[in-house]
Formats: sequence, structure tokens, C-alpha cells
Amino acid sequence: MTGRKLIMTFPVTATSHLLADYRARGGYATLEKALREMLPEQITKEVVASGILGHGGAAFPAGRKWGVIKLNDGQPHFLCANADEGEPGTFKDRWILENAPHLLLESMLITAYALQVRNAFVYIRGEFDLPYRRLAAAVEEAYAAGWFGQGILGTDFSCDIVVYRGAGSYVCGEASALITSIEGKKGYPRNRPPRLTVRGLYQRPTVINNVETLSNVATIVAQGGEAFRKIGTAKSPGTQLVSISGHVERPGVYELEYGSPLAKFIYEDCGGVLGGGKLKCIVPGGISTKVLTAAEIETVTYDHASLTAAGSGVGSGGMVVIAEGTCMVRLLQILLRFYHHESCGQCTPCREGMGWMHRIIDRIVAGEGRPEDIDQLLRISKANDGTTICGMGDAAGYATIGIIAKYRDEFEYFIEHKRSRLGGRIEVAAGVPA
Amino acid sequence: MKHLIAEFDAMRKRYPAGAESSLVLPCLRRIQEDRGFVADSDIAELAAYIPVARIQIEEVLSHYTQFRRAPIGRWHLQACRNLSCSMRGAEGVIEHLERKLGVAPGQTTADGHFTLGTVECLGSCGTAPVVMVNEAYHENMTLAKLDALIEELKK
Repeated sequence: MTGRKLIMTFPVTATSHLLADYRARGGYATLEKALREMLPEQITKEVVASGILGHGGAAFPAGRKWGVIKLNDGQPHFLCANADEGEPGTFKDRWILENAPHLLLESMLITAYALQVRNAFVYIRGEFDLPYRRLAAAVEEAYAAGWFGQGILGTDFSCDIVVYRGAGSYVCGEASALITSIEGKKGYPRNRPPRLTVRGLYQRPTVINNVETLSNVATIVAQGGEAFRKIGTAKSPGTQLVSISGHVERPGVYELEYGSPLAKFIYEDCGGVLGGGKLKCIVPGGISTKVLTAAEIETVTYDHASLTAAGSGVGSGGMVVIAEGTCMVRLLQILLRFYHHESCGQCTPCREGMGWMHRIIDRIVAGEGRPEDIDQLLRISKANDGTTICGMGDAAGYATIGIIAKYRDEFEYFIEHKRSRLGGRIEVAAGVPA
Repeated sequence: MKHLIAEFDAMRKRYPAGAESSLVLPCLRRIQEDRGFVADSDIAELAAYIPVARIQIEEVLSHYTQFRRAPIGRWHLQACRNLSCSMRGAEGVIEHLERKLGVAPGQTTADGHFTLGTVECLGSCGTAPVVMVNEAYHENMTLAKLDALIEELKK
């Protein structure tokens, strides 16, 4: 059982993403209620009361972020939906963009009204073609229906929206890099303070929320923050869209109420390990979260407190199932190649460190590893932590430390014998089906 | 680029005042769609149109992996090689494409028909392995599906 649902509440059909279907499901009624019956402050109050945490990876309380915005401060405010879904293993926001684009748009309009935002953006990764087309078509439908533009519903609330396409840069999913990218520049993260809610896009107060976080706003406002809070656990209200992939029988996107038993979700709802194999470990929330072994997840429930207590996190909801027999050295090689590829090069520890780590792991896999290489990887991971503007270098370190802490013997074997103890296996079955 | 200016003017309308610099990425994307890559003349003309410093456009072109400064083949095959795709056979997919097309990643076939590339996580891990062909995702790839796809694209 995955628990109650807030987002995946309707059957996906050939037309379920269109405005007519969304209206038939009661869509845009909450926007009307908000504009006609609620003050902006009341909406923020409901979001604060809901206790909703950010669903992009950092789990920052959305209400607290919104609370920094000062109404009537005489300057424009901006809202950006972060649809730069790029954390490997994560493909949950894509579900919303493809199947419920109007849920996002209605929620963004309510948010824009609450925060006095005249111009909103959705920053979507450049590779997402179908999600972009679905969302862009939804935007046009919404403009034609009068939900965007001047004087919405005859009120004095006006809002325009731009779907802004990235062009291939993992780091642009980081909020400050994201706004730098919307400013038409290379995606370099910025130092804080000032916070982006104080000085963000074009130096104006800007709220950036993950697509899934924002998509919950319509529900929160419709049902009330207190009602929302009753779903999930006390510290993790609501649900999480979990995208699950890797060596799993039934990969896909699932909506999981916080507090659901994790092992049961993997073994029962998702059908367990591909081909009936045994579970070795999982990446719980995007590759930047630490792996948890099969034994470690037995008692874990899917929520922030439980996953943090187990030494990992909810992260971006991108779960990767790893079967027994998988070579963790080769697995780490794939991750470090990725981080090296995506380091933007702005900060020295990450720019150099990612290259060092990538070269060391390549050396080990080539059978030329040195006994000191394992500690060298750990040393670089620790040295990077907290020394860069954004968290990308830290994340590479967490992933590395997590894997080596639990599977150090595989690394030692590889270096000593110049080959993988597990045949360098990364797939469960032998190759792609012919 | 000049024949796209009417489109760019229309695009500006939904941006806030003072956000001209934001146009760099969407204009470059449109230019690339139109020409297949971004030429030196495009940079100069775009810098004058927006207006922004030329260096800002050059930086954007070198930072984002999707932008190209030179033409490529008619069909751009980009195989994802990140974790979930590798766990479902991406390495075999890439080897098969290399063998079949006779080129390594980053290269274009002699007839200019195919350019092979690898890419890091397309956000489609649940339907791995994935190959992106120009803009479209081809999911749950098998070697048989790859062969059929290539035959189709050769037509």
C-alpha cells in the first residue's frame, strides 16, 4: 500500500493533460476561490500551516521560504518553478509536466497571487521535449481561457508566464544557477547571502520551488493547510512522487504517502528486484543521497526523519534499486564520471576535485589502482565538503563516502586483484535483450 | 538570423521589462533549430539585437551541452549512459550503435546521416535504456529496436 494520493488522483488517458479534462476534475476552481475570497497573506498562512517541505531535494519548508517575501515592498517579485529535473534516477516532475501541467499552472497562479508576482517562469531542462510541448500547450490553453494575462477573472491580479528551456547543464537545477540561466547567462551558482528570496532573479525577491512542491499548492489551498498536515507524518506532511528505476521489476513513478514502509514499497508495489534477484542496496533519493543496504531498509519508513536516521535522505525522490551481484566500483565510476562532466568549473575544489576523483576511479577500474586510492577518494570527498558555492561537489562526496563505507571490500579486492570481484557487472541480466 | 527577428519580437512580450538578457537562451535555441548550429554571424547579430555583450553569448554556447558551433549529421543519436540506463544495458546499446554506424561517440558518419553521442541522464530512468534522436526520446531500447530505428532513419 502506498497510502493516500494528492497528485496521481486520476487515470492517465489521451486527453487527461488537457484543460477540458482538468476543468472536469474541478481544475481552476481553487484559483477562483483564492482570487475572490482570500487575501494573499491567507494563502501563505495555509502553506505555512501545511508544513510542506520542498520536494526538489533540500526539503526546505516552502512556507518559510515564502514568508521571506515582503508584500507591498514596492519592487517586483518573481516566481520560478524548478523543472530542471536532472538528478540521475529522478523523473517524477516529468510525470506532472506530461500528465498534469494545469495542476502546476493553477498552483503557480495561486502562488503568484499570494506573493504578488507579476512574472512567473517554469525553468525546464532542455532535453525534455514532450514535457515542454505539453506544458507550453497548457500555457496557451490557460492564456486563451483568461487565467494568465491582464486582470485575471476581472480582478486586478495580472500574471504572465514564460516556459524557459535550459540547454543541458545539471548545475542549473541549483536554484541560484537556475536564475542565472534565466538571466541568459552560463549557469553559475551564486554565493549566499543574500538569499534568493531577498535578491534573486534580476536582483529582485524570487521564490523558486520544485514542480512537485508547487503542484501541491492548489490542494493545500483547497483543503486547508491543517487538512494537508494530516496526510503523511508529523514531520513530513503529504506525499512524495517517487521515481524508481534500476534493477526493479516495475520501474516508474509512484505516489507514496510519507510514512509508508519502504521495504514493502520496493518488494510489493514495485515487484522487487528484476528477474527475482536479491536486493543489494538502494539509492533512496537521487545519486547524491547515500546508499542504504537491503538490511538497512528493513525498518525504514519513507519519510525525512526515518531516512535521515538511517543515514541517507528523501532527496529528489529518485530511487535506484541495485541487485545483488552489482559491482559497486563500476557503479561509483559512472557517478564520478557524471559529476566530473557536470562540474561547472567555477569553484576550484569541485572543478579539480571531480577530475581527480574521476581519474582515480578510472585508474582502479583499469586495474591500475593503488592501495592508497580508496583513502584518497575519501580525502577529496571530505576536503570538498562545504568549500564550494553550491552543493554539487559535496554531493559527489556523499555518494562516494556512502558507497565506500559500505562496500570498501569490493574496492580493496579490485585494487589488489586488478579486476572486479563481481565481473564488473552493472546489469543484472546479460546485456540488452536482443 | 535576421528572418527570425519577428519571432523574437513576439517572444519578448511575456517577459518582464528589463529582462532582455533572458532572450539569449531561447533565441540561440531557435537559431540552432533553424540552421542546425550557431554560426559566428548569428552571435554578432544576436548580440546587436538583444543587445548583450558578445562574450555573454559565447559563454552560454560553451557552458550548455546542447548548443553546437558546427553542423552535425541529420540524425543525432544520443545514448544515455548514466546509472539507471547503464543498469539496463546502455553500454551494450552504445557498443551496438558504434558497430552499426562505424563511428565513435562524437563522430558523424561519412554520409552525414548520423552523429553518435552519449549523454548524462535524460530523466527517463524508468524506461531505460534511452536513446534521444534529435528531440525525441526512444525508450526501453533493445538491440532489435535499435536496428529497426536505424533502418527507418536511413530512409
